[in-house]
Amino acid sequence: MMFYRLKLLLLYLSLSGTVLAVTPEQIATGKAIAWDRKGGNCLACHSMPEGNSPGNLGPPLIAMQARFPDRQKLYAQIYDATQLNPDSRMPPFGQYQILTESEINAVIDYLYTL
Amino acid sequence: MVKSLITLGLALLSLGVFAASKQASDTTPLEDLTTYRSYFEQRFPGVSLQQYANGVYAIDAVSRENWEAIEEFPPYEPMVEAGEELWQTPFANGKTYVDCFGDDPAQRKHYPHWDAVSQQVVTLPFAINQCRTRHGEKPLKYKKGKMADLLAYLSYASRGQVIDVKIPDAAALAAYNAGKSFYFARRGQLNFSCASCHMQSAGQRVRTDILSPALGHASGWPVYRSKWGELGTLHRRFGGCMKQMRAKPHKAQSPEFRNLEYFLTHMSNGIQYNGPAARK
Ligand code: HEC
Ligand code: HEC
Repeated sequence: MMFYRLKLLLLYLSLSGTVLAVTPEQIATGKAIAWDRKGGNCLACHSMPEGNSPGNLGPPLIAMQARFPDRQKLYAQIYDATQLNPDSRMPPFGQYQILTESEINAVIDYLYTL
Repeated sequence: MVKSLITLGLALLSLGVFAASKQASDTTPLEDLTTYRSYFEQRFPGVSLQQYANGVYAIDAVSRENWEAIEEFPPYEPMVEAGEELWQTPFANGKTYVDCFGDDPAQRKHYPHWDAVSQQVVTLPFAINQCRTRHGEKPLKYKKGKMADLLAYLSYASRGQVIDVKIPDAAALAAYNAGKSFYFARRGQLNFSCASCHMQSAGQRVRTDILSPALGHASGWPVYRSKWGELGTLHRRFGGCMKQMRAKPHKAQSPEFRNLEYFLTHMSNGIQYNGPAARK
């Protein structure tokens, strides 16, 4: 059930992503969520350009367009990393409702500027 | 829906070295000792077993320098003295802790142990409160304050004792395995286990914190933490780490935390007790 819904959503996103232009506001929102300790707190584990005192549990988030041409793959990694790697230490941001689907999408829009 | 089930689910981490073990009872405590030790040996070559008693300072030279300077004028010294006074002050009935523990304050090495009579793990703070209630005194709070002072005195008197937690029978083994399952179970909104941070990620950084290895985690307590600005107990730290996982912490000295301490202290068998200690 869950999975089917997720797939539909991903399909929708991959289609719409190519059509809708990403606004600077959306990117700023995504950046704020990614850096906020109470939000994504991605910096706790990943270095990101300009980010202060990052952790190093995960790989640096750089060259994201080149490394993740497929938006769906990036979404899946953030939504629930344990689906891709059962031993992952990355929190399942979507699955455990740490971030909403639109928040994850804002983060992705920001990541694509890195 | 599925979510809550997954959160509660007891997923034992398979760290490569643990890959074969899906159930806590699949390996014996002795096998565990070998496995965990060789895991950390490979991860931190050149760090001797004894050094693990110093937490993150065993593996990070930069923070060790700061810490060594702090330990020259130990912030916990006044608490050791306060604890000594508490140890010697008679209860209302005229008895003292000596009537429960005997004359020697070097009690650390006897705890935690499996108590066959009451069928539970008895830790040192738990035994202190058992003694108090036996003599008509109110139990002390477990996370800080007078309890922490008493523990500081007893630990100080016990420095150099070697950790040697024993698991004498099947019931004790069940308690050990409960503690072990707790350690490897993912929990909380962030879906971490204790092992996610202190085994899988030991030596790595979360923001500016370097994660200390699980090995040696039980040796240095109680701890004067600069962040707390005071002395705190091991179970206070357990609770703090559970909050970081966005999980609801268990109570200090709950059966769950005593079993966890039993497992965690056994892992450090062979390391010397060196509490109290200072931490960031
Ligand atoms: C507690 C640690 C932690 C946090 C917080 C975290 N990650 Fe991760 N992340 C990891 C780890 C570890 C990996 C390595 C792959 C794996 O185990 O899933 C990873 C992998 C990734 C990858 C794949 C990178 C690659 O090069 O393959 C992306 C993309 C990613 N994370 C994005 C994010 C974003 C975006 C956030 C915040 C919303 C975030 N992460 C928060 C630990 C974390
Ligand atoms: C998100 C990462 C994370 C998780 C999960 C976590 N901890 Fe911690 N823990 C830390 C950090 C950060 C510190 C402080 C730096 C250090 O000493 O590792 C710490 C410190 C400790 C210490 C003190 C070590 C010392 O030498 O002073 C103990 C003991 C401890 N944790 C036990 C646990 C237990 C038990 C669990 C599971 C219930 C747990 N931790 C889960 C991050 C974590």
